Amino acid sequence: MRRWLLAVALVCCAFAAQAKEAAPIAADEVVEKRMVAISDELRCLVCQNESLSGSHAELANDLRREIRTLIKDGKTDAEIMDFMVSRYGDFVRYRPPLNGTTLFLWFGPVALLVLGLVVLIRYLRRRNDAINDAPLNAEEQKQADALLQSKDAAQ
Amino acid sequence: MNKFLWPLIGFVALIIMLGIGLNLNPRDVPSPLVGKPAPQFSLPQVHAPEQNFSPKDMLGQVWLLNVWSSWCVSCRQEHPVLVELAKRKIVPLIGLNYKELRGDGGIDTDKINPATEKEQSVERAAGWLKQHGNPYTLSVLDMDGRVGIDYGVYGVPETYVIDKAGIIRMKHTGPISPDVFSGKILPLVTELSK
Repeated sequence: MRRWLLAVALVCCAFAAQAKEAAPIAADEVVEKRMVAISDELRCLVCQNESLSGSHAELANDLRREIRTLIKDGKTDAEIMDFMVSRYGDFVRYRPPLNGTTLFLWFGPVALLVLGLVVLIRYLRRRNDAINDAPLNAEEQKQADALLQSKDAAQ
Repeated sequence: MNKFLWPLIGFVALIIMLGIGLNLNPRDVPSPLVGKPAPQFSLPQVHAPEQNFSPKDMLGQVWLLNVWSSWCVSCRQEHPVLVELAKRKIVPLIGLNYKELRGDGGIDTDKINPATEKEQSVERAAGWLKQHGNPYTLSVLDMDGRVGIDYGVYGVPETYVIDKAGIIRMKHTGPISPDVFSGKILPLVTELSK
């Protein structure tokens, strides 16, 4: 039993030692955190549905390295964003700025929702108006009673 | 009015929008660099590694910058078009050899020192051009892809049309087909050369 535990402990140590070896990429934790935060906001252009932080594409690696360098050069987050947008366009941003071409993107869904609500309300109102609330006259009352009675009789 | 008219109009509008969406090419991302000066660089030439080339050497001429690499499969597809272009001497074509070694997944460049990397890049690039024909006035080596980032390169091959004042006038992503060349690039080059 003891020997077993020792073996397990040794294997764990071996893994721990290996894990440490992979660390140097994240040499500076503060830089790394900022890099991840910035690259989460950016689209990887090679595999377009992945963020820059999550992509394994070669270009994503290069761009992450570039962001690290810019951070170390003391650039602000906004300056780094500008760096990316000036090279790859607004398309790299997951939250594109509000301008003429992105107007529909930002307000389209809300506009469609409002349109749907207007149509729904108008339809419901019209249906309400169509319901005839006028009281029955004597003739109609008689007919209704007859119908109700025949139903009772059937039961 | 028929009560089905409006739903029908809505449905047709939706179909048209989806149809347009399906026919757009998601890889065709408009480059913010069009209309801006071509980013400057100074890189060693493939056939004269001790000499550097810089875009300002081309001021006063209309020229094409073509991003290529020996590991790039689609570059082979467009290569005959480029060779033909060079044969007809239509416009100077400068090659930007993009990450010759580092872009090749099979090579661990961390283990190669910079001098060896340059040597091997030159060897591979020149070898490929010898084998497939060299349409380039000259090619330069962008070994770490840093210049590629400045040009917003995200998929090789890419081609830029640069005017006499050094302004990027067009960017084409992906291989140049004969249609793209005669329909888009050639008319623009002719227009700019006037």
